[in-house]
Amino acid sequence: METSILGSILFATIVAGTPLIIVALGQLIAEKAGVLNLGAEGMMAMGAIAAFAVTLHSGNPWLGVLAGMLAGVAMSFIFAVVVLTLMGNQVASGLALSILGVGLSAFIGKPYESEILPTVSAIRIPLLADLPVIGNALFNQQALVYFSWALFAGMVWFLYRSRAGLVLRAIGESPSAAHSIGFPVIRIRYLATLFGGAMAGIGGAFLSVFYTPLWVEGMVSGRGWIAIALVVFATWRPFRVLVGAYLFGGVMVAQLFVQGSDLDINIPSQLLSALPYLATIIVLVIISRDRNTVRLNAPVSLGQPYRPEA
Amino acid sequence: MWVRLERRPEASRLMSYVSPLIAIVLMLIGGLLLFTALGKDPLEGFIVFFINPISDSYGVSELFLKATPLMLIAIGLAVGFRANVWNIGAEGQLIVGAVAASAVALYFYEAQGAHVLILMVIAGAIGGMLWAAIPAFLKTRFDTNEILVSLMLVYVAQLLVSWLVHGPMMDPDGFNFPQSRLFEESALLPILFEGTRLNLAFGFAVSALLVGYIFMFRSFAGFQMQVAGYAKDAARYAGFSAKRMIWIGLLSGGAMAGLAGMSEVAGPMGQITGHVSNNYGFAAIIVAFVARLNPVGIFFASLLMALLYLGGEQAQQYLALPSSISNVFQGMLLMFLLGSDVFINYRVRWREAVA
Repeated sequence: METSILGSILFATIVAGTPLIIVALGQLIAEKAGVLNLGAEGMMAMGAIAAFAVTLHSGNPWLGVLAGMLAGVAMSFIFAVVVLTLMGNQVASGLALSILGVGLSAFIGKPYESEILPTVSAIRIPLLADLPVIGNALFNQQALVYFSWALFAGMVWFLYRSRAGLVLRAIGESPSAAHSIGFPVIRIRYLATLFGGAMAGIGGAFLSVFYTPLWVEGMVSGRGWIAIALVVFATWRPFRVLVGAYLFGGVMVAQLFVQGSDLDINIPSQLLSALPYLATIIVLVIISRDRNTVRLNAPVSLGQPYRPEA
Repeated sequence: MWVRLERRPEASRLMSYVSPLIAIVLMLIGGLLLFTALGKDPLEGFIVFFINPISDSYGVSELFLKATPLMLIAIGLAVGFRANVWNIGAEGQLIVGAVAASAVALYFYEAQGAHVLILMVIAGAIGGMLWAAIPAFLKTRFDTNEILVSLMLVYVAQLLVSWLVHGPMMDPDGFNFPQSRLFEESALLPILFEGTRLNLAFGFAVSALLVGYIFMFRSFAGFQMQVAGYAKDAARYAGFSAKRMIWIGLLSGGAMAGLAGMSEVAGPMGQITGHVSNNYGFAAIIVAFVARLNPVGIFFASLLMALLYLGGEQAQQYLALPSSISNVFQGMLLMFLLGSDVFINYRVRWREAVA
């Protein structure tokens, strides 16, 4: 079967964007509750190594994903205790979590550096996958790609159509008001933070079990930070997270196609590899150029510690 | 819950100094558990990790050598952190400073004279400042988040140095190894004590701590930044320029990180490679926090952090553990510190039984 160039670019873009969607949507929930966790990079790294090790030993990638998720939850729990119970500085604690996670994953992962996992086969949706150009890219993908779409749909429903989502947003906007109505602010912030950790863990698992599939120290290579930037770029809206993630996915795969093509382009590979990071800076500039765009959309209590008095 | 936290009437000065010590103790307990979990004898682990590296005078000189870049970067970052200017990208600024200094060293290859080193110092500092100027400009002009921008530039700097050592800066006689020529004597910092690797950069670091101290506690600009850190609105009401503080905060961090990069290539490395930094830019953030952004504290916290680096190397050699165990200790230390800081503003009360 002939696959067009356009089809394979689209396919690779979707794959590259998927971990960003999962991680960024998880962070979005935490941030909507007012918790800024800059530890995504560390949680992804821990998710990646946990998933890789468990998949290697058990032979079951789904146990691996579960392990990755649990690793992310465990990491975010540490963060939650420090910032929610002990009221630590969220920026510094998130940073510490990133340093800890990247270091710990490198430490745990050392014996796994030469191992390779068997490729997990994609799930092909009959008929739809035969559509020209888009068929293969959209409907012959890894299960986690479909999961990322389901997560998106579920999140839109949760945030804007459900009562629980309304409570979550209220807590992010005004924790004291939510508290005085009787909502358990701290408990809900815990749950939102743990959810963010779970998604970061799954995002990491996607990288090490489905995407590469191997473990290298530092393999998350800034994707956790890009996901955090993505939430700002998306002005805390799920649909824009989706669009932004594929935009970044496209930038990430661009280098592969330029290098793999017959075109005689003499660009240092490092410059192409730098594009996603430069693109992140550019979109951040664009979104923050108008001061009100970020200010009006960010959850008001984002990053502020809150302690219900009495 | 048997205990509850009660807000102190005012922040405890005592606890702000005790909490780093609590964090160190907790880190040691964490290390104990880690060694035990790995099936190593914890006592042997502790001796290898914390005692062996500094058991002779050479080891102590290595400790100061490792602490030098940390002191430089941490004091530069602390200036900004005091005003809540979050420069997280010192790692990238260090790399660009090292690149700029190396460019000077390679340009003046085989030249003699003190001008080479002087130009390298200037180039290193300016290189770091230029890299830090990007988030400063974007923050002041467009209000772009400096955390994310400075961090993204770390990855860009790593790719930049990778490209340079695979291309323009590669040693022409180096069998295609991704590294530069070894620098000439004139491009290396003088050694302070015969038989060690401790060099003049340690002098830079101590001077930087002194200058940092004077700036923070004896200058008006330092006072303004302190006010802005405690109460942003008060600083604005007093007419202190927020933009100026952002520039000062980021450029001081960039200059010091660049100087640290210079002192690595002109010191222990003697050339530039793709691995010019050893995560010093991130470790220095931990140093700055553990030190409470205080120059005296930075001196001691840098030594502690340097010991964690050396301990990691020893653990790799004698315990067959990956050297990244250093990062695990560093991460634990910061996490525990941020947790135990709760005691500065709160105290623990036993909950009385409800009748």
